[in-house]
Amino acid sequence: MFDFLKPSIAALQDFCILAGRALRNVFRPPHYESDILLQMDIIGVGSLPIVILIGFFTGVVITMQMSRALAQYGAVDQVGPIVAITLVRELGPVLTAVLVAGRNASGIASELGSMKVTEQIDAMRALGTDPIQKLVTPRMIATAVMLPLLTIVADFVGLIGGYVIARLSIGLSTSQYWTSAYRALEYNDITQGLLKPFVFAFIIALVGCFYGLRTTGGTQGVGHATTQAVVVASVWIFVVTSLLTRIFVNLN
Amino acid sequence: MPTEPSAGTLLRFENVTIRFDELVAVNNVSFEMSAGETRVILGSAGSGKTTLLKAAIGLIRVDSGRVFLLGHDITEMEERQLFDIRSQVGVLFQEGGLFDSIDIAENVAYPLVNRKTKELSADAVETKVEDALRFVELSHTLEKYPNELSGGMRRRVGIARAVITEPPLVLYDSPTAGLDPITATTIMALIAKERDSLNAANLIVTQRYQDGQLMANFRYNRKDGHLEPVSKNGAGDPEGSNPTHTIFMVMKEGNLIFEGTQARLEASTDAYISKFVPRHNN
Repeated sequence: MFDFLKPSIAALQDFCILAGRALRNVFRPPHYESDILLQMDIIGVGSLPIVILIGFFTGVVITMQMSRALAQYGAVDQVGPIVAITLVRELGPVLTAVLVAGRNASGIASELGSMKVTEQIDAMRALGTDPIQKLVTPRMIATAVMLPLLTIVADFVGLIGGYVIARLSIGLSTSQYWTSAYRALEYNDITQGLLKPFVFAFIIALVGCFYGLRTTGGTQGVGHATTQAVVVASVWIFVVTSLLTRIFVNLN
Repeated sequence: MPTEPSAGTLLRFENVTIRFDELVAVNNVSFEMSAGETRVILGSAGSGKTTLLKAAIGLIRVDSGRVFLLGHDITEMEERQLFDIRSQVGVLFQEGGLFDSIDIAENVAYPLVNRKTKELSADAVETKVEDALRFVELSHTLEKYPNELSGGMRRRVGIARAVITEPPLVLYDSPTAGLDPITATTIMALIAKERDSLNAANLIVTQRYQDGQLMANFRYNRKDGHLEPVSKNGAGDPEGSNPTHTIFMVMKEGNLIFEGTQARLEASTDAYISKFVPRHNN
């Protein structure tokens, strides 16, 4: 009766096994430090320009939209706190994660997928290397380190974007904007703003690796794996952020 | 109780069946391969020959039956334990299976650097890599990357990587698939050269009967440095003489339908086998 659910449940099970092995490998040798550093460079430094660009314009847009809404209540000077809270709690982590998912979940899936279809994964196993240890764990560690850092950059650049509009278009003073924005943030905001990207990092890296390693059917299969990785990673980012937000809102 | 394979047995399949969902890829196959033997598995695409080769080193798990590799029962062995046994077997994958992200020298050195048992100095590794690449006549490619090489060259590098640790058993998955006849002969000549220089046992999976014929009838002469035909004195023997210890196996839709010497293979009247083996027109 529920046969149509079987493939999904089997896939979830495979995903959990992969995640379990990748996590266990963090604590046991051999460690491939050079692969971790290389992945940090690709994922972190490589994503920096796009994260800065998108972060800036997100700040700009929120400020413009909010200033119009706030004007109805005569509270335009409160735009700083609103930008700070929306960015740090939600938009910074989620937008950065979705960008990195688009850039790196796809990159990881296509790289591992190509390795799978050209039998490089089999060759690796035949030569006595655990592909999860060599390929999955370094990508997971690198993303878990870099995504929170990228999020901090995005938050900060977003606040600058908000400041530019607040200063030029709304006419707030520099100290008015920054002081109110800074004061609006509580530890709870910072905690969830950093915990979220940390959790998203595992989603991005593991989903990318999962679909990459499952690739079958030649070059066409690689394309399919790449698309699936981005879609599934993005959906999970939104699902998980809803759950985490629910938890943190209740904590207040 | 399954009997333990004897000391000279490198690889042994006991009633092995492998399924992919509904499809039976390998159906109840048993055979035994001993040291110094050359085995040529013929079969058309989808006959289960590559699956059989991958099951031999535990890359694919069997659904029933048992697989013994180098004296170990690997049927239910954990992946971590398998790594050590696998590192004692050389494998050439269909397209070479080289790692794109590292250069040729690092690819060839990979089995040496990665092996846990013997630590070699960087100089020793370099010398071995140079020797292995000279063996396949590709010394000039050390710093190139796999995507800069042609299909035939990638396979030659794959052979260098497979034999650098001088394993007692080397597996070749379709070494000549997709190559032109001249390059294919070069590759097979290299495999014969490897066999007769290292005295390794070979398991060769192929669609081309000529590949097996070359392995069965030619030998590498180390003094002259080229292949020469082996003398066949046993013409009166119905089995035919078999100085290269070459055994042919034919796979058809997952079943092992033939196992024996070249003479018996050529004498077979089976329609499927005749597709691979050209008839002698007397």
